[in-house]
Amino acid sequence: MPLGIAEQVGFRATLTLAELGNFFVFAGNTFRWLLATLFRPKTIRLLLPQAFEVGVKSVPVVAITGAFIGMVMAVETVTQFKAIGQENRMGVLINLSVVKQIGPVMAAVMLAGRVGGALTAELGTMNVTEQLDALRVMGSDPIAYLVVPRFVACLLLTPILTMYSDIMGVIGGWFIAVFFEGIASQPYWAYSAMGVGWWQLLEGLVNSFFFGAVIGLVSCYKGFHSGSGAQGVGRACTESFVASFLVIIVLNFIFAQVSQSMYYKIYGITGLF
Amino acid sequence: MSLIELRSIVKRFGRQLVLNHLELSVEEGECLVILGASGSGKSVILKHIVGLLEPDEGQVWFDGQRVDQLGERAWVPVRTQFGFLFQMGALFDSMSVEENVAFPMVEHSRFSPSEIDTRVGRWLGLVGLPEVRQKMPGELSGGQRKRVALARAIALEPRVILYDEPTTGLDPIRADVINELIIKLQRELKVTSIVVTHDMASAFKVATRLVMLSEGKLIFNGSAQEIQHTTNPIVRRFVLGEADEEELASIKSL
Repeated sequence: MPLGIAEQVGFRATLTLAELGNFFVFAGNTFRWLLATLFRPKTIRLLLPQAFEVGVKSVPVVAITGAFIGMVMAVETVTQFKAIGQENRMGVLINLSVVKQIGPVMAAVMLAGRVGGALTAELGTMNVTEQLDALRVMGSDPIAYLVVPRFVACLLLTPILTMYSDIMGVIGGWFIAVFFEGIASQPYWAYSAMGVGWWQLLEGLVNSFFFGAVIGLVSCYKGFHSGSGAQGVGRACTESFVASFLVIIVLNFIFAQVSQSMYYKIYGITGLF
Repeated sequence: MSLIELRSIVKRFGRQLVLNHLELSVEEGECLVILGASGSGKSVILKHIVGLLEPDEGQVWFDGQRVDQLGERAWVPVRTQFGFLFQMGALFDSMSVEENVAFPMVEHSRFSPSEIDTRVGRWLGLVGLPEVRQKMPGELSGGQRKRVALARAIALEPRVILYDEPTTGLDPIRADVINELIIKLQRELKVTSIVVTHDMASAFKVATRLVMLSEGKLIFNGSAQEIQHTTNPIVRRFVLGEADEEELASIKSL
């Protein structure tokens, strides 16, 4: 029996490593084709519809998510700040949380669901209906033709959508603080500007650039390797979202650690207030 | 030397041995029909010829060049000499019919847009569907999809056309239209054709030579007349469409 369990563990580990290896080969091919084709007019022509799908169509969901995050943060923190008589300073905490952490992560999670799911479903369906094979037989590489434009769209538009989400979050927090909690607008902004600088803003945006890369690569990889039939494509979509979500969360933690230690080395420990 | 040669090809999927030291040659200009039961590995042969699958052992040769070890980029000039009709057509859902047919020319030819437009009309006319060019694949019937896919497969005027079960899922009249198209392309474009099928009516109509695949090997190689008089019991049963005692016993036991 112990040998059976060991065998199972070994088998699973081998499968996981093989999957990881396949993913890195896929990512390597994507970067190779990206460098080879990035500035060709054809790539730009293929990129525009993907940019519309990934970017423009995601604006409403990212805007609503961002705005409500800011509003919830305001609702949750205002009582504590009022209790210590520092309600004018609550914008620092809300805006810092929004631009550094919650904004980029929530925008990325929303995009992993909306964009990643759609990409996996589209490419998975193309896979099971032999459209990927048809591309190869006609002498076109599916990675160059399908993955590169989708990957670039995710890479470029996730930070832009994150900026949009950040702005909506900041406005959402201000809206609740000023119009529902009676906090004066001028000191709210003044204190916020003191606590949120370029470093904090850029930290979130740099993170979102990597989150975009993760969403593009994972969703395309899962689509290309989906199982057969509707069930196979459905499973690939679920796996795509779960894998993207987990990688985003783990990457966010690592980036937060790295950014904090860099910040302290450069600026030393600074208080929020 | 033959145009296409498969030399001692072995292919396994997991533990299942699909091709077992398979030897197959295809001469220029012939229409070879590959027969075999469902799941016997007929489509796997086609996919080896165009490099969609790599053999575990053995070699694939095309026009005097060994191709099974080529990288993806080196395959491009070889693949443009092939047209491939997939079982379900494999038309790109997001493109209209004319964009589908134009695709290989846009990607691999130096034709001007107006020239491509003219050629799209010509190929759609050849398969008898000049009126569907603005439609999306989802708006077409099964037979129309296959004919559009055939127009796309011949868009670069290939030397070889591979047909993967071209009549499967079609009614007898639509199937006969496809058979006539295969013969017409053979005659007018002087192509080499390889047809994978288990439709005997289609096989007899289009074939200049037939082979039959069973348990990973060819068990018959000859003309339409020869296959009708073969004494091999497996081939005979396949041609006549008769199940054996063992297969019948499995349903009687229910």
